[in-house]
Amino acid sequence: MTVWEAVIGIETHVELSTESKMFCSCPADAEGEPNTACCPVCLALPGALPVPNGKAIEGILKIGLALDCDINESSIFYRKNYFYPDLPKNYQISQYTFPVCEHGHIEIDVDGASVRIGITRVHMEEDTGKSTHVGDGDGRIHGADHTLLDFNRAGIPLVEIVTEPDIRTSQEARAYGAELQRIVLALGVSDAKLEAGSMRFDVNVSVRPVGAKELGTRTETKNVNSLRSVQRTIDYEIDRQIKVLEAGGEVRLETRHWNENTGVTTSMRTKEESEDYRYFQDPDLLPLEVTPAWQSEIRSGLPELPAITRARLATLGADMIAAGVLADSSDLAALFEEAVEAGASGRAAGIWLTGEVVAYTRRSDVAVLETGLTGGRLAELTAMVEAGKLSSSAAKKVLIAVLEGEGSPEEIAESKELLQVSDITAIEAAIDHVLAENADAVDKIRGGDMKPFGFLVGQVMRQMGGRADPKVVRDLLTDRTAG
Amino acid sequence: MPVEIDIVKVAALARLALTEEELDTFGSQLGDILEHAERVQALPTDGVPPTSHPLPMVNAFREDVTAECLDRESFLRSAPDTAGGQFRVPRILA
Amino acid sequence: MTGPDIADLADLTIAEAGTGLRSGDFTSTDLLAAVTKRASATEAHLHAYLTLDHEGSTRAAEAADASFAVGEDRGPLQGIPVALKDNMCTLGIETTASSKILDGWIPPYDATIVTRLKAAGAVITGKTNLDEFAMGSSTENSAYGPTRNPWNTDRVPGGSSGGSAAVTAVGSALGSFGSDTGGSIRQPAALTGLVGMKPTYGIVSRYGLIAFASSLDQIGPFSRTVEDSVLLLETISGFDPKDATSINAPVPNFGGSLGRGVSGMRIGVVTEFLNGDVIDSQIIAATRGMADKLQDAGAEIVEVSLPSTEYSLSAYYLIAPAECSSNLARFDGVRYGHRSNVEGTTEDMMSHSRAEGFGPEVIRRILLGTYALSAGYYDAFYGQAQRVRTLVRREFASAYEQVDALISPTTPTTAFAIGEKSDDPIAMYYSDLCTIPSNLAGDPAISVPIALDDAGLPIGFQVMAPALGEEVMYRVAAYVERLAGFTARASLATSEVVAP
Ligand SMILES: [Zn+2]
Repeated sequence: MTVWEAVIGIETHVELSTESKMFCSCPADAEGEPNTACCPVCLALPGALPVPNGKAIEGILKIGLALDCDINESSIFYRKNYFYPDLPKNYQISQYTFPVCEHGHIEIDVDGASVRIGITRVHMEEDTGKSTHVGDGDGRIHGADHTLLDFNRAGIPLVEIVTEPDIRTSQEARAYGAELQRIVLALGVSDAKLEAGSMRFDVNVSVRPVGAKELGTRTETKNVNSLRSVQRTIDYEIDRQIKVLEAGGEVRLETRHWNENTGVTTSMRTKEESEDYRYFQDPDLLPLEVTPAWQSEIRSGLPELPAITRARLATLGADMIAAGVLADSSDLAALFEEAVEAGASGRAAGIWLTGEVVAYTRRSDVAVLETGLTGGRLAELTAMVEAGKLSSSAAKKVLIAVLEGEGSPEEIAESKELLQVSDITAIEAAIDHVLAENADAVDKIRGGDMKPFGFLVGQVMRQMGGRADPKVVRDLLTDRTAG
Repeated sequence: MPVEIDIVKVAALARLALTEEELDTFGSQLGDILEHAERVQALPTDGVPPTSHPLPMVNAFREDVTAECLDRESFLRSAPDTAGGQFRVPRILA
Repeated sequence: MTGPDIADLADLTIAEAGTGLRSGDFTSTDLLAAVTKRASATEAHLHAYLTLDHEGSTRAAEAADASFAVGEDRGPLQGIPVALKDNMCTLGIETTASSKILDGWIPPYDATIVTRLKAAGAVITGKTNLDEFAMGSSTENSAYGPTRNPWNTDRVPGGSSGGSAAVTAVGSALGSFGSDTGGSIRQPAALTGLVGMKPTYGIVSRYGLIAFASSLDQIGPFSRTVEDSVLLLETISGFDPKDATSINAPVPNFGGSLGRGVSGMRIGVVTEFLNGDVIDSQIIAATRGMADKLQDAGAEIVEVSLPSTEYSLSAYYLIAPAECSSNLARFDGVRYGHRSNVEGTTEDMMSHSRAEGFGPEVIRRILLGTYALSAGYYDAFYGQAQRVRTLVRREFASAYEQVDALISPTTPTTAFAIGEKSDDPIAMYYSDLCTIPSNLAGDPAISVPIALDDAGLPIGFQVMAPALGEEVMYRVAAYVERLAGFTARASLATSEVVAP
């Protein structure tokens, strides 16, 4: 039986969140009434000319540098010629040879192992208009009677990020998408909202027998718009292609569509012949020249990237999972660092922040900065737990009260009488009392039957109103019931 | 020698619905013009870079600021078919 | 009315009219009335205007008069009636590029040149006829019928800016603007006895000029004199942030050396354009005659050979159609313009709209350009043409190391008969033989009328200069104008006016 492996490449489109569009001064905001964010340029009226948005160029340079790409000193805008009603000029301004950035890579973490995904190129292009299909097709292009066109989105700057076919599993693909989203968000160049389409994936999948050198025929599934769907699409395609091949069939080179509801990909109508885009340098646009000085200016303005943040948080003691969660939220990460600075153990601070604190903010729908928690208070809390002054359940109660803004952990534990009693005299008095009332249980234990031991612990804790350190209680009881 | 071209394919690529007769006429005219244009191939151009733009200029950018958009009616009134503030076209798939 | 007879005003140069307006001899409204009257007398014979904007021009003339009345002066075109080729977008005024595909289209915006003319107080009379989308050399390829030559209405006025040439030649505007992609200003200027000028690529904004071939197109002026040419160019040139290919630098002083003569200049005659196999012998003789006069006036005349110009025509007829095939893709019946009522899909609608809306020359060039860019042919055709373009540029650049300016005939022939070349595209393409190289190089060039041929038709003389060398170009052109002493007027301009 053949063992198969998948070869996966991903093209990601990221809409940059600039104020204006890529080549005109219309707002880069597709919301609003149809065709109200349009001008001669983005409607491709006769005579209109494109002028590139300098901020968008900075955005792509940031992305390219963050992905460790080489920046081409001279890069060129091309026209990609094809007719489609949502493309006003019937050509898209894009890039072909000499894209802005090439030869980068991204490190992702899958099940604790680091995987490097090569980035072939990062190039600049413009978005198309939006089509609404009307008729019997239920909003789908198939069966539609006519189509309505809104060009508000036409011309919004798009960055396309293309990977090498380095990805082998759907899990890796998902991890890649997630890491790319984190990077783009950290750079602040896009809102990278998958559900809103401001970040979307085209997934190329092929399969081949393990050990084969040649690539199998690939399919491209377009506009997948969630990380979960990326994973499901790939799983489905791998499975489908293997079945086709094992049944003696051939995988067709085609574009497919992912249906979220049915969980399957279906073939889009294939063109009889492959597109001939007649790429040529756009004569309306000058070459883009990125001098080394400009490059280093952009580079020095880059924020800390998520991978670096995670590594730094880990060196402060956060475990891997917590480091990941903290790195995704600059507010949480800042609290964490403050707490560690104030003496908290990184491990404990990380667990509290990513567990109870995140759960609380979600539940109450508040931002962590709006709560009463500070790094200092978190450090105080963890110190009290470590010193045995708070049981873990009491610590949770204290933390919630801190979050609610009721004061510092010490004050709260005091006023709510949640402090643990480690005073041996008080505990011994309680033990005396319990043992006196349960002489038969003591006899059983001394006779080798340990069953009643837990019962005795419970009785002592009850006597103490739950505020005794259970470990101390156990130790003392063990001594007193020993034969 | 006139250049032989697949005029049907070229017309389809250019989205021009031409009649058989037009295809014949244009096909042979293009062949003649290309025979003439082919003369450019006689010139040795090894190592000569292409000119896409007559002046050696680079980096023309806009500031990222918005300006007023067109009033929708000002262009929709010239559109062949509209509905609800949008352009309307026939079905896309056959 | 106090000034000279109103009929005469249409025969004034822009400089003369400007003086008269400022001294109060007549008003802009008088000038407009004169050119409008000239248009009514000649349009039936010429068909040079596609649209006359009576309302807008009247308003602009009144506004100019109000400005003069309060001493406000926005420059040499204030109150001057000028016409625009109908491939420049005018807010609220139909703009067709002489194509059926844009029939009835009302632009919602002004081209930058229009904005500048309005700001300068110019009076825009209307929109002039052209070869559809500026593709042609005779103005016969207009969906609205040909324009005729005011020197002889059986002849073409040249093209593609034939309408703009005819209106200035006949006096139904004092000046006009065309666009020049391969000679579309200079060639019709030569054929109608006018001064026609193509600026350095990037000096005049292309924003709002309906594109034919973006890397070659430039807007430029038609005028009766070199001095007027400077006044028209000064008003429309300068950096435009809406055109990324516009030159972001101060505009040269175009007219700074107009009176300086040519003494001490080195001027090259392009030998390839004195070849009797392709250039009419009377034109060669007139060109040589003018070269001799320049020599007598103190210029050093040298022969310069530009061998790659032989390939310019071929390179041009690959580059321009390639760019046009993409530029004209937007005419698809979706957002504006003609839509076919064929049944079927959007793709069917697009293909039929385009086939129905474009004329044969436009279709020919779209097909040619689509082929030249398509997979497998790109490098042999388009890529090679772009490399040849580099060679042409280099050859011109090295010529300008030796000489200050180059001279040649503007056209191989004088105005030819209507219909003479319309069935032979290649013969028509040869009309631009001498003008195309300047477009490929991006350099400025001007045609100045110097003589009439045996048939009484004007002969144009071309002066070329290096990029941003307008001052030198105008210096030579002004002296050529003076040496030629060309004062003849188109028969239609004089006959109609003399016999009202
Ligand atoms: Zn816009």
